[in-house]
Amino acid sequence: MATQVAAARPLRRGLRIGQQRALWAYLFLAVPLLFFAGIRILPAISSLYISVHEWNIVSPNRPYVGGANFQTLAADPRFARAAINTVRYVLVGIPAQMVLGLGLALLLQRIVRFRGLFRALYFMPFITPIVAASWVWQWMYSVHLGPLNKILQAVGLPAQGFLRDPGQALYAVAAMVVWQYLGFQVVIFLAGLEAIPRVYLEAAEVDGATGWRLFWRITLPLLNPTLVFSAVYSTIVYLQLFTQVLNMTFQDQGGPLASTLTLVLYVYQLGFQRFKMGEAAAATAILFVVILAITLLQMRILSKPVEY
Amino acid sequence: MAGRARGDPRVVLSYLILAAGSLVVAFPFFWMVASSLKPLAEIFDVRFLPTQPTIENYAEVLTRTQFPRWFANSLIIAAITTVSVAFFDALVGYALAKLQFPGRGLIFVLILATLMIPTEMLVIPWYIMSSANGWINTYWGIMFPGLITAFGIFLIRQFMSGVPDELLDAGRIDGVGEFGLFWRIALPQVKPAMAALCIFTFLGNWNAFLWPMIVIQTPNMRTLPVGLALFSGEAGSSWNLIMAGSALAIIPVLLVFLVLQRQIIEGIVLTGLRN
Repeated sequence: MATQVAAARPLRRGLRIGQQRALWAYLFLAVPLLFFAGIRILPAISSLYISVHEWNIVSPNRPYVGGANFQTLAADPRFARAAINTVRYVLVGIPAQMVLGLGLALLLQRIVRFRGLFRALYFMPFITPIVAASWVWQWMYSVHLGPLNKILQAVGLPAQGFLRDPGQALYAVAAMVVWQYLGFQVVIFLAGLEAIPRVYLEAAEVDGATGWRLFWRITLPLLNPTLVFSAVYSTIVYLQLFTQVLNMTFQDQGGPLASTLTLVLYVYQLGFQRFKMGEAAAATAILFVVILAITLLQMRILSKPVEY
Repeated sequence: MAGRARGDPRVVLSYLILAAGSLVVAFPFFWMVASSLKPLAEIFDVRFLPTQPTIENYAEVLTRTQFPRWFANSLIIAAITTVSVAFFDALVGYALAKLQFPGRGLIFVLILATLMIPTEMLVIPWYIMSSANGWINTYWGIMFPGLITAFGIFLIRQFMSGVPDELLDAGRIDGVGEFGLFWRIALPQVKPAMAALCIFTFLGNWNAFLWPMIVIQTPNMRTLPVGLALFSGEAGSSWNLIMAGSALAIIPVLLVFLVLQRQIIEGIVLTGLRN
């Protein structure tokens, strides 16, 4: 009897301590869980709800309209423009950023002195406030007063329209975004390159692989996890482009002939300038699905095991 | 590779390309500072350097616009948000990594899943919520969406997992309470991750634009990015003032970067590759 009690006591006390710790855990989590429920999850659901209603902030009448908001979007040429532009930003910006970033990282890996200095210089735009950088770039691109055209003319080339030219504006904005994320890309690639075990490279060199062959056959495949991360992260960034576009083409909001308009800028104009919240919510629902799909797809494609 | 001779033409070429590239990357900064020092008469000159540098533009931005107020707004908002994120993200990260309780896995997955929701999808409900509650045009209204972050919880949880249980058990034997175990024993073990989280949270809020642009309605409540974006209205589209304002927004960030460079770059690597 006495031994039974003695044996049961630590067990019961253990349970009590376990329960106590669980209580503490719930106490620690209480505020954050309420926060995530109230500020992230419920609003996301509410956004989907709004997307199937006619929702004008000034009118109290908000009838259910089913897929009507999505149909309105599908019929709006500006929405199509915004969607196509967004895809173009992704297709232009990300390859440029990744190729330049990898090239610079490989060069940085070769040098010893000033490596930190160069890395810091390339990284500076990444932490620069986007609005301030947008002003600077807007002026650099200025057709008559900007330094870029002065430089072009000084070397005998014709002046360009840049942000004022419907055919160039998107690329001009994309160049600024690449400038901004290049240093981030370099840092990530440099870390990825350094994580490749030396033995692989040395073994390949012993086997006679050099230069390009070494890069294509050994370095690039071993860099795969870094490439996956970069591609996914950058795609999500580019799909959500807004601040640069709004600030570099402020007067006409979306550039000449809506040539720089992105999905998020479209949503902003629809929801907060024309107060068509239902349609705007519908557009964000589409963006949400696209981001989700691309993330999953890209991970599948790029994370396929490499065959040697 | 490391034993390559100094005069190796490939190394020399690397230096040349890197130097040329960094000139291109640094040019916008140079242009901004040079222009901000030009007097109005010189602002549209082709010249890259001002012939008569002046700090007049800075004086004008600081005295004739609400720039100091926007600076203070941004500072207050970024500071409070950073403290909140640091505390709550660490607390949740600790609980998820080190405490046993029913529902732990589910809660973690739920928090991670919120990372998939893009901000754009949330700003409309946030705006409706803020209108209903009188949060429009208040500090609280600007800050509330960012007070706790799923990303930070994920980051800190990873690092908290590396804190040995023996350390916590030793604390328990010494009679340290559950909160003390987190605050006094676990938290000091993850200082580098906390430093990275604080720096990124501060910078992120310092630069935040979309939501502040929506929720702020009067000039005196503007944060620095919103104030700058609407600057042409205030400064009368004078490029010299806009450049001085931009420089004033960028320079503090660059100074912080120069001081904390190692932590920032290591933090990027830490967070980037762990994802």
